[in-house]
Parts: sequence; C-alpha cells; structure tokens
Amino acid sequence: MSLIAITEVKKRFGDNEVLKGISIDIAPGEVVAIIGKSGSGKSTLLRCINGLETIDEGSIVVAGAQFLPDEVHLKALRLKVGMIFQQFNLFPHLTAGGNVMLSQMVVKKTPKKDAEAVARKMLDRVGLAHKFDALPDELSGGQQQRVAIARALAMQPIALLCDEITSALDPELVAEVLAVVKELAAEGMTLVMVTHEMRFARDVCSRVVFMHQGRVHEIGAPEEVFSNPRTPELRQFLGVQ
Amino acid sequence: MTEFSFWDILRNLLLAARWTVVLSLVSFTGGGIVGAALLFLRIGGRRGMQFLSRGYIQLFQGTPLLMQLFLAFFGLGLFGIDVPAWLAACVALILWTAAFLAEIWRGCVESIAKGQWEASASLGMGYLQQMRYVILPQALKVAVPPTVGFSVQVVKGTALTSIIGFVELSKAGSIVTNATFQPFTVYGLVALIYFALCWPLSKSSQLLERKLNVAHRNH
Repeated sequence: MSLIAITEVKKRFGDNEVLKGISIDIAPGEVVAIIGKSGSGKSTLLRCINGLETIDEGSIVVAGAQFLPDEVHLKALRLKVGMIFQQFNLFPHLTAGGNVMLSQMVVKKTPKKDAEAVARKMLDRVGLAHKFDALPDELSGGQQQRVAIARALAMQPIALLCDEITSALDPELVAEVLAVVKELAAEGMTLVMVTHEMRFARDVCSRVVFMHQGRVHEIGAPEEVFSNPRTPELRQFLGVQ
Repeated sequence: MTEFSFWDILRNLLLAARWTVVLSLVSFTGGGIVGAALLFLRIGGRRGMQFLSRGYIQLFQGTPLLMQLFLAFFGLGLFGIDVPAWLAACVALILWTAAFLAEIWRGCVESIAKGQWEASASLGMGYLQQMRYVILPQALKVAVPPTVGFSVQVVKGTALTSIIGFVELSKAGSIVTNATFQPFTVYGLVALIYFALCWPLSKSSQLLERKLNVAHRNH
C-alpha cells in the first residue's frame, strides 16, 4: 500500500506544460530523491504534493487524503505532509520556539503549554534546544533550516517534502542539515526530497527519480541509477560517459 | 458694533477645532475598519469581491473628496432622505479614508515575502489564520509610518466639510471673519491650529519610520 500515490499528474503554466503525466508511488518509510536539471519540473511536482500548486489532470492521494483545491481538503492534506523550503521561510517576528509553536496552537488548537513542550522536544531533536528564544535573524542559515525542520515535525506529519533545502546554505552548513535529515530517514520518516546533493541521495535514499522535461525519465535504486544510467540524458546529467 | 478681542477669536476657533479633531478621529477609525475589510476582500476574497473592492478603491481615489461630500449631502437629499451635514461629512470622509488606507495597506501586505504565505499554508493554516498570525504582524510594522502619515491628509480633508455647512475649524474661520472683518488674523490662526494638529503626526510618522526600520532588518 503506497503512502503517496501520484497518478498521471499533469500541470500547465499557461501554454507551458511543466508536468506531462507523472506517476510515482511512494511506500511508507521510503526516502525518495528527485533529481534533474532546473526546469525539469521537480520542484513543481513537490509543490503539487503539498497543494501549493494546483494540478490540471491526474490525482495525488496521500494516506487516503485526496488533493482537491478547496480549503478543507488542502488542510487535511497539509496536516499529513510537511514541507521544508529552500529559503527556510521562518516567521521573522517569532522566536525559534514561537515558530515551532504557532501552527500547533493555531491549526491543531494545542494548549500553549503542550505546544511549548513539543517545540522544546523538536528543537532538541534538531540540536537547537538552546536556541528556543533566539529570533531567526540571530541564527545561521543552517540553524534556521533546522528550526524549519523542527517546525514541520511539530505537526507530526507522516511524510516530509524537502525542496532543495541545502541549496541556499554555505557549504560548511550543509552537513548539519543533512545530518538531521539522515537521522529522520533512519527513524523511518517518509521523505521526498528534491536535491542536488548526489552523494547524499546515493547514501541515504531508497529510490532516485530522475526527471527530464516534465517526465519521470528514470527511476530506481540509487546504485542502479547512479552506477548504471540507462539513458543519455541521465548520463549527461551525472557527467558520466 | 461689537469689538472682538484676540482672545474671543482664538477661543471660538479652538472650540470649533474640537469638531475637526472629532471628525478626524471618526473618519480615521471608521475608515480604518472599512479599509481593513476592503483589504481582506482585495487580496483574499473571491474574484468578484476582489473586483468590487478594486473598483471601490479606484472610484474613491479617482474623484475629488469634495464631489463625494456633495453626493453624500445633496445626492441623498434628492431621494427625499434628509442628511444632516455632520452625517454626510462622516460618511464621505470614512469612505474616502477607507479607500486610501486599503490601498496603503495592500502595498504593505504585498511587501511580505511569498515564502511566508507558502510556509504558513504548508503548516495547514487557513487564509484568516495566515493573515492574523503571520502576515499582518509583519505587515503592520511596515504599515505604521505611512498610515500615520496619511492621517495628516485626513485632518486636512476635514476642512472641505465646511462647504456643506459642517461647523469645524475652517467653517468657524469664515464665520468669525464675517463677524470681525479680520481675515488675516483669523485665517492665520486657523492655519496655525491645523499645523499644530498635523505637525506632530508627520513628525511621529518620521520617527516611527526610523525606529521600525531598525527593527526590520530582515527586508
């Protein structure tokens, strides 16, 4: 039984068809990396899974919650999948702790005391328990991204979507964020990540999806995809001949 | 003929200035409430509502306040509805202020990065929750200086209501002039009183801008 079922999804921006019929089934606990050139539609696909973009055809079902573009269905969907962004998107007017507490209190109506306890636990999980009262401004990029992960985790999603979460980071800060993601993967969290970190994709992911021109061009276990690329496009993308 | 002392003139003008202050406060508060409603419709409402709200704003920004006052005062009279000057003045000024505030605030809301909407949406928040907890707290900081700055326009806008016979500072000025034949003294005082009302507002707008900019390093 797949946790995320993406079936024949098509998405157009005006005349430009960005997704041309994507079908992927993701099982619980799988860690899927989506790779591909910019413009191949990988970020768009991820944003569709979270309902940040509408789809024109096909269906997306996450743990029984169908993606329909009305507020009730969207909310149900978003409670199941958390999303982490390239630009962190922390709320700058709230402390790290406040960022993690807000949606629990507002969306789930968790009492403040419980929300705070969860927030402390989640920040501890990403190694930032001591930064509870720090404003996003006062944190490094890597720390901000880890707070964003804690914020998504606090909603207890069954899957996390990561949209190039290390691309805006200085090289020396990438490792601390990937370490957190690796830990989540080890704990059995279902992860779908658009990434440029090929080493990471190879080491941690259970499957790799190579997207090209709006289609799933190759899909398979990382060893297979990285060591034995079948199509010239993937070979070119990976820089092997 | 009665002689009027300087104190007589000043006292009468100050008494009338109270109405300028009251009218400004009413317009600004009412305009703020209506403006906020317009803002919500303008950026988050259904398409028809967005269209209506935009049309409203363009209509009120694109016609002189004086015409709006005339329409509220004489226009409704044509339908047999007797509108007292104070009511017409309040209604017209509230509607006019609302249009400008909605547009000022829209700019402030749109200055908030798109990622803030996306992040809060991805956490399951609905439109009103996003506005209340994420967007407005940030937009408010941006909005304070231009809003306070605009309040000066409201104070000066109240002067126009003298034309439909509402006795505020300007109207009192003409009445006192007619009685005293000292236009220079009277209107000079009127101008000074307006200045005394407006200058602290513009000054505080400047101060707030500097203060909030420092606190707003992120953008």
